[in-house]
Amino acid sequence: MSPIVQVDGLTKIFKEQEAVNGLSFTVYPADIYGFLGQNGAGKSTTLRMLLTLIAPTAGEIRMFGMDLRTHRRDILRRVGAVIERPDLYKYLTAWENLSLFARMSGLRPDRRLLQDQLELVGLAERAHSKVGTFSQGMKQRLGIATALVHDPDLVILDEPTNGLDPQGIADIRNLILHLSHHRQKTVIVSSHLLSEMELIAGRMLIIDRGKKITEGRVDELFNPAETIVELETSNAEDTAEKLSQSGWQANLRERRGGKFLLKMDKADIPVLTRDLVALGIGVLAVQPRHSLEDYFLTLTTANQHVDTFTA
Amino acid sequence: MWTLLRLELFKIFRRPRTYIPFGAIAAMILIIQLGLKFDGRSYLELMMSSLSDSFLIPYNMIMNGYLVAFVILNTLLIQVPLLVALVAGDIIAGEANMGTLRSLVIRPVSRTRLLLVKFYASVIYTVALLVWMALLALLLSMLLFGTNDMMIARNTVMEQIRSSDVLWRYFAAFGYATVALSTVAALAFLLSVFADNSIGPIVSTISIVIVLTILSEMRIPLYDNTVKPWLFTSHMLAWKGFFYSRSDGQGAAIPGTVENLPAILRSLGVLLLYIVGFVTAAIVSFKKKDILS
Repeated sequence: MSPIVQVDGLTKIFKEQEAVNGLSFTVYPADIYGFLGQNGAGKSTTLRMLLTLIAPTAGEIRMFGMDLRTHRRDILRRVGAVIERPDLYKYLTAWENLSLFARMSGLRPDRRLLQDQLELVGLAERAHSKVGTFSQGMKQRLGIATALVHDPDLVILDEPTNGLDPQGIADIRNLILHLSHHRQKTVIVSSHLLSEMELIAGRMLIIDRGKKITEGRVDELFNPAETIVELETSNAEDTAEKLSQSGWQANLRERRGGKFLLKMDKADIPVLTRDLVALGIGVLAVQPRHSLEDYFLTLTTANQHVDTFTA
Repeated sequence: MWTLLRLELFKIFRRPRTYIPFGAIAAMILIIQLGLKFDGRSYLELMMSSLSDSFLIPYNMIMNGYLVAFVILNTLLIQVPLLVALVAGDIIAGEANMGTLRSLVIRPVSRTRLLLVKFYASVIYTVALLVWMALLALLLSMLLFGTNDMMIARNTVMEQIRSSDVLWRYFAAFGYATVALSTVAALAFLLSVFADNSIGPIVSTISIVIVLTILSEMRIPLYDNTVKPWLFTSHMLAWKGFFYSRSDGQGAAIPGTVENLPAILRSLGVLLLYIVGFVTAAIVSFKKKDILS
């Protein structure tokens, strides 16, 4: 299967600051590709380079088998995107915005097409309302409709759930899944929320400070055999002593105050619980967590400390 | 290209703020017309005080639609560039500010084409402003004050242009003014490329026009032959040249002639060079620009 997007050694330096550093990744057809990283990790810069909004300092981008530098127009004809917040003309109606962006993409949209797009994102009834009167969620959905109006093969969505309420987040998530599963679109979606990515992405890239941390299939990255279990008990000292004498000592990775982190297969959690009770340990909580999540949280926490000190 | 231009014009003319300059022009013209209608004679006496000792001035004949239009153009063509800057300065920076610039640049349209279309749209807007101004300043004045021969005071001389020889001069003057105002539009357009907020380019354009206009009007010998000929503001009022005719041996104006057409054409050339320069610089900068807004 030939890739839709192939990025090799992508680098962007703003003056002295390295925003993206030697990033390489591949996106395959009909996949939902998650782009995960905390704020400022370089996600938006990378996506902007894919869309020719920013010129790379170094590296190569190939999309649909073509070099982005030499085939910009051919490539962009097959790409739809919403970068950060949806960019719409507030003084125009939803219908006018959609029609305008369709024409900008070289289409001559008929009523049916515009109507279908608005129905897809649940805005058919507000077609002739000015966008200035829309909620954030409605603007986001209309933004996605403008990205889809020319029926692109690749859809790029940068933090599409930012600023949305839980219902809005669920709507966008379902829309992304619909695009991939029913319309066979390839979707690149960025987020700083691992839980979001886990729900929708087939493959995922984790980026931090412009560098790739890991890339792979989500089900492999979230390997159940690599689950970290967080154990909280009523008496930490007693627990530490009893665990050290049990067979679970080999699984113990870390002690954080009154909590213990054990690396194990998710399927073994009932056995652990039974053993703890048998050892007379007062169990307050047993919480499974993926090692990836733990790793991502470590990254996030580390940078939050930096932010606190530099703020 | 035509589709993109239509879309650009659609966006411009759907924005309420687009019509503010039209309203401002209408208000200014009506105020001048009203003042001249009720107290035109005092105005003429004041303006022609230096000539009244030498001539018996037929004020009733002089005060007609053509002269009123000339007075209005003299007053407004200094202020209208500022109104043009409001739209041209906003045309790219405003999109950056709204975030819509991103959505435009990721469409399968080259940045050069995108920019050219936006510049053409600002020129069309400038033309629309001038047509509006012409309708109000010339046609409405003709209706309100009637028509007659046009008298133009120039230094200590009164020049008379026959009524039948006036209209084409106005058309030529408006045509020239279109180029002059397009120069301001091109400057605002260039500055708009560098900003993510339209206030910066609008204020910068207005400031540059004011400073250069003052420099153009100052009588400092050092600048007269060195700096002034190259300032675009020195050439913006050359439209007045269309109202100065060549005269025959007896000092009477020869119909259909212009006293110094080469000077007007030279000024036109300078303005066109500025337009090409500003737009080229805008395109080169925009093509290299990282869109971070």
